[in-house]
Order: sequence, then C-alpha cells, then structure tokens
Amino acid sequence: MIALSKIVAGRLLLGIVTLLITSMVIFGAMELLPGDFAQAVLGQSATEETVRAFRTELQLDQSVFVRYFDWLANALQGDFGQSFSGRASSGYDRSRAVVDLVAPRMSNTILLAGLTAVISVPLALGLGVAAVLYRGSWFDRALNWAVLGAISFPEFLIAYALILLFASLFPVFPALANVSPDMAWDERLSRMALPAISLTIVIMAHMMRMTRAALNDLMSRPYVETAKLKGLSRWRIVLMHVLPNAWAPIATVIAFNLAYLIVGVVVVEVVFAYPGIGQLMVDAVTSRDIPVVQTCALVFAGTYIVLNLLADVIAIMTNPRLLHPK
Amino acid sequence: MNGKIRTSSMIGGARNFGRRDLLKCAGGFGAFAAVQGILPGSARAASPKSGGHLRVGTGFGSTTDSLDPATTEHGMTININYTYANNLMEVGNDGSLVNELAEQHETEDGKTWYFRLRKGVEFHNGKTLTPDDVVASFEHHIREGSRSAAKGLLSSVESVRRDGKDGVVFELSEPNADFAFLTSDFHLIILPSEDGMIDATGGVGTGAYKLDRFDPGVRAEFSRNPNYWKEGRGHFDSVTIVSLVDVTARQNAVLNGDADVIDRVDPKTVSIMSRAPNLSILEVTGTQHYTFPMRLDSSPFNNLDMRLAMKYAINRQEMLDKILLGHGVLGNDHPIAVANTYHADGLEQRSYDPDLARHHFEKSGHVGPVQLHVSDAAFAGAVDAAQLLSASASAAGIEIEVVREPTDGYWSNVWNKKPWCACYWGGRPTEDWMFSTAYTADTEWNDTAWRDTPAADKFNSIVKQARAELDTGKRQQLYTEAQTLVRDDGGTIVPMFANYIMAASNKLEHDEQVAANWDLDGNKIAERWWFA
Repeated sequence: MIALSKIVAGRLLLGIVTLLITSMVIFGAMELLPGDFAQAVLGQSATEETVRAFRTELQLDQSVFVRYFDWLANALQGDFGQSFSGRASSGYDRSRAVVDLVAPRMSNTILLAGLTAVISVPLALGLGVAAVLYRGSWFDRALNWAVLGAISFPEFLIAYALILLFASLFPVFPALANVSPDMAWDERLSRMALPAISLTIVIMAHMMRMTRAALNDLMSRPYVETAKLKGLSRWRIVLMHVLPNAWAPIATVIAFNLAYLIVGVVVVEVVFAYPGIGQLMVDAVTSRDIPVVQTCALVFAGTYIVLNLLADVIAIMTNPRLLHPK
Repeated sequence: MNGKIRTSSMIGGARNFGRRDLLKCAGGFGAFAAVQGILPGSARAASPKSGGHLRVGTGFGSTTDSLDPATTEHGMTININYTYANNLMEVGNDGSLVNELAEQHETEDGKTWYFRLRKGVEFHNGKTLTPDDVVASFEHHIREGSRSAAKGLLSSVESVRRDGKDGVVFELSEPNADFAFLTSDFHLIILPSEDGMIDATGGVGTGAYKLDRFDPGVRAEFSRNPNYWKEGRGHFDSVTIVSLVDVTARQNAVLNGDADVIDRVDPKTVSIMSRAPNLSILEVTGTQHYTFPMRLDSSPFNNLDMRLAMKYAINRQEMLDKILLGHGVLGNDHPIAVANTYHADGLEQRSYDPDLARHHFEKSGHVGPVQLHVSDAAFAGAVDAAQLLSASASAAGIEIEVVREPTDGYWSNVWNKKPWCACYWGGRPTEDWMFSTAYTADTEWNDTAWRDTPAADKFNSIVKQARAELDTGKRQQLYTEAQTLVRDDGGTIVPMFANYIMAASNKLEHDEQVAANWDLDGNKIAERWWFA
C-alpha cells in the first residue's frame, strides 16, 4: 500500500507540472491568435484610442510574461480572476468571476458525462464479456459490425439520426436539451436522454472492443487452458479468472472515454443546445477571453490527469506486479 | 447600431431596419390563412388572445452577452432588449415611425428635438418613468469615456436635458431630419435611473415582459408585465428565448415543436420546411445586404475603369439564384434597399456584361490576376459567391484569384484592410444612417476608402444637405443623386439583398404585416404575436 501511495503521490506531482505546462501553452497559443479581446469586443467602431485605453484596463498592454505570472499567482490562491466579457460596456465593470461562469457549465457537463457513463460503461463491459463468451458466433459478429458502424459515423450525424427517430418520427424525447437549474429531475433526465444516448453510441464501441480484445488476449493463456481442463464453465472462467487480469487496459480505455465526455462533447452540446462547458470555451476563444479559456483548459487537463491516475491505480491494484516495474 | 456586424463561425449577426417594408408571405403561410378560413385583411388580426408560453429559438447568442444595452450586438440581445424595455420611438410593423414612450415629438429646425413623455408609465420595479430616466439612458451611451456601440450613432448629440416634468430636449450639432428614427435603435432602450446613472444590468424596463432569468448564450426567460401601458400588446403569459446557433438544431426544434418560432431558416431547406404541416414559413425583404467592397486607397481599385470592370463582371442574378436560392432581391451597387423610403426606383439595374467588363478592364491598363479575399464570416455562402464571380469574370477575360481567409479574425484582419473582400451589412432604417455609417468621408467604416474623387466630394456634400433638408420631394431628389454617385463611382459592389426567413408554428398568430426591419417581426415578436 505504501508503494501505491508513493506512486500516486509521484503521479500527482507530475500532474501538477503537466497543468503548469498546459497553462503556459494555452497562454502562448492565445497570444498567437489574431486580435485580442479589446479588438474583438470593441469591433471596428473603436478608435485606436479607445482600444488602447481598454487594453490598459485589461492589462493587455503588459508583456505576456508579466500577465502569465500574475495570473498564475492568483490562480495558485484559488482566484481565477474575472472574465473579460462585461467589461467593454460604457466604462463600468460588470464582468463575472470566471468561477461563476465555469462552475454551472461544468456541473451540467459532469451531469451529462455521469449519465452517459452510467449507461455506457456497464453496457460496454457486459457486451464485451458476452462477445467473448460467444466468440465467433453470429451474436459476436453482429455486435462487432454494429459498434464499428456506430464509431464510423460523425457524432453530429448520430445525433441528428436520433432526433429524427426519437423526437420527430416517434416523439419520446425532446430534441432540445436546454436544461436549467430550476428544472424538475424527471424533466431534466428526459431532456438529457438524447445527448446521453448519442454519446453512449459514440464511446461504446471503443470500450466494448477493448474489453473484448483484452479478454480474448488472455483466453489463450495456459492458466485458462488449465481452468478449462479442470472443467470450469466458460462463464466462470471469463468472469472469475480472465476479467480480473484484464482490468488494466479496460480501465485505461474507460478513463480515456470518460475524459472525452467532459472535454470533447462540444458538437453534441451544439446540436442539442446543451449548456455545457465546451460551448463556453469555444465562445471564450472566439472573443479572446483569456481568463475563461485558461480556466477551461486547466479543468480539461485536470480531468485527463485525474482520470488517468485513477485508471493506473485500478490497474496496479488488480495487478500488483505493476508496482515493481522491471 | 454602430457595432459592425461581427460574425464568427458560430455567431451570425444581422442588423437591419426598414422603413417601408415589403412583406412576402411564402406558400406555407398563405395556405395556412386559407385553411383556417379566416377573413383576409385586418379582421383576422382584430382579436388577439391572451395566454400561453412562447418559445423563440434564435440563431444568435454567446456566453459573452450582457444585458448592458451599450454592448447589445446581435439578434438575441436585440430581442431581449425589445422584450423587456421600450424606446422613445419605435418602428411599427408597417415600417412607420411610431411614438413609444414619447407621446409626442417635434422639431422646427432639425437641430433641437423635443420629446414629451407618456404619463403614468411604470418600470417593473414600480418606479414611475421620468425625463431623468431618459436623460440617464442616453447619457449612458454618450458620456465621456463611454465605450457604447451607440456612441457614434449619437455623435451629433451635443446635449440631452430634462424639460419640465415630462419633456426631454436634445440639442444636435447639425440638423438631422431623421433624428427621431435614431431613438428607436435597440441600444437606446429607456432604463430606470438613480442619481443620473441607469441600472444597466438589472433587466428592469417598462416593457411587456419582466425579465426573470438571463443565462448568457443559453436562454432568457420572461413573464408578463401585468401593468404594461401599451394597449393590445404583450399577449403571452410567459416567453423564453433560447439560443440555438446551430441551424439544424434550430430547424429541428421548430419541426418537433420544441420551439414555436425560429429565425434564420437556411434558404436551402425552406422548401422542405414549408412541407411540414404544422409550420408556416414567413419571408420578409428588408435592408440586409451583401457587398464586395473595393478600396480606393489601394491599387488597382484607385482606377475607375477597374472598378467598373468588376461591376460589369459580376452576374448578380446568378448569385441571387445560387447563393440565396432566390430568397432576396437584386442589388444595384448601392446600399439603399427597396424597403427604404428614398430608394432610387428609376435607377437602371446594372447587369452582367462581359464585353463592357473586358473593355473597362483593358482600359484600366491592369495586367494579371486580381485578388479577392473572402471567408464565410462575411456572409453564409461568401466563398461560393466569390467563385461564381471569378467564373463570370473569366468569361470576360478577367482573372480573379479567390483568396480564402480564416473565419476567425476576418473583421479585424481582412475587412477594411485588404484591397478587395466580401462584407455584409444589416442595412439601416434611413438613407442618412446607412450612408454616414459606411460611405461618407468622415466614417471609419468607409470600407471602400471612397473619399478623394470628385464624385465622392459631391456625394458628401449631398448627404449633408439632405440630412438638414425637411422637404420630402427635395430629399428624394438628393438621395437619388447620392445613390447614383455610389453606384457609378463608389468602390462597392452590392449584388443582392437577402430576405429574413422565419418558421413559425401554425398555432401562432400575428398582425397582417410583419416588420421588415429585423428578424422575428422587428425582434418584437413577444410583444406583437399571440396564440390562436
């Protein structure tokens, strides 16, 4: 256990370094984009003078290093600053704290990701195991075809097809997922159904195929042969003997897909008008709202780091040999 | 109104206004009226019903939106402003100028404008409207250090002050016959004031609906204002405006009944949408137009023959047919729409003429290709339009090289900078407003840099003269001449004016006329429409 916590601590430290590098890269990338927030907001009507005054107010006139370290110092104290937007108006500052902008969107995104995960992870695992149990059968082949087909379509197409099916032809779910905080839970869930199903279809293939491949890989091992010769049932072999040894790659691919649910769902958000964090980041990039972009990027990077760490911990716990790399 | 339309890949901006409007009801809507067996004309509109929850889906909205009217810049925020607040004046759904919070307005010389306010109008917070609120609402945009997008619009306002207990007086630096029109601008909503400052983010106004919730870039929710002062307006119990930037999502929403009405229907899908039995398609021609500005301060467009060659090399009809699929009207190389009062009806329509184009091109002495910088940020289909232009020009022996620019940063790096690019204007309600926004020598938005030719000088003096002129006949004459000068000497090509296309549930009813000045019945749909 001590070895495990040592690894976790080391990984967390590395994670913090990764976050730091991410924030630098994002800051630099925003710097390379044409125009800045002052220009983006004031538009062509602005004279040089107003743009300059506005830049001074936002401290955009200072060097990128000064701004970065200022931001970093504040962020380390938990202050992610004020969004730039809302400052452009007639001399008054009515910007919102970045946290106030990001937090509600983030909770929406996590909710959708959670709902999708609850549907897709057990389904993918179950189907993966079933595919191994009935390896080579028509069921296995049909399943493979289906998930390969699903993964080949772009997500917006899947989303539109679902809308056509379940909102237009057989209206069971609403086509719009514009949830709001004061909405009742049942309505919220019904609105989130179609985006969650779309995302399930998008990520399931990956997880299911990885489960199947990892299990198949182990099925030819000598210990499986031994178990077979002992006369154990196929079910018992797969679930009790093979699956525990296959957790490492499965956990990794699940972590990867869960991270994608938080970071990469902007297309689904747009199609269903779901107020998630992806849309917020796209808007912020368009208007060069650096504090918001920074925070979103950090949240995204943090998601990857934590989920990967979790996957590794699961892998190590199920396979203690990984604690002692060769 | 001064904020140039800024479009990104996600946000389409439309700014438009029209005084005299042209209303065209597409098949769906006409058929609807027939099926319902309702009497034609105003009888149908005579008895609006109260109640219901209106859900509007709009193709605009961004997380950076704010309630401050100084920053209002696109369809969703304009709609919000007009839903919870009022202006001194409004543009009616027939395009005429109507007194709104002002009961009366008058001027003698066009320089001093007097507005008398309605009595007993209450804000949502119970405060009674006073001239101080009006003064503060205008001061919000014009005071020193203001970054309001309406500052330029009000640049000729020297002072605005209270006059008695119900009057407001504006002093202008020069006469402007159209000043009352300007007060209908969506930035200039009247908000409650305290100590000379308005509360610009409270969302409290005098409008038909109270703003209950505003989630920038997502939705705005309203409930009916029981004390609304306007007779026969504001029929819904509650209203929600949802941002649906993705065109497919928006169209799906109205098809599936998740929204009652949407703006900006894709011309490509109008015919399919109109087949839906539960929907009507509404189409309005206003002042929104697409342009290809050529800059006179850069070679080769400082040469008149070069400009004329390009104007003859463009096939406007083909562009209207293929880019807008017929959902618009032909442009004539000036920005004044048929919907404007002083549109030059007699001016000959310029058409595609490869021979004349070649003649002028050769006369200009230019050799080699001409570059045209475009991006779909300018308008949907701009890149295709440029390809069409290139093809029609090549028939005249002119090589046009289409340079595709990134959408992001198009307005800061390409428009108003490159010698020739694509652009888009919502248009303005009055001729003077349009000209002084983008064509007179003193504006920074003169995107053709049309300043130093004799014709431009003449144009500038005519516009100034017409602004101060109160006689309608003389104004018609002056504005016709101004349009001729832009068309024949100016640097812009205006191939077409684009329609506003909306789709609405058949359950919705509205006055016979639908405003042409913006999407969604002048963006006053919440106030004007009702459920059958």
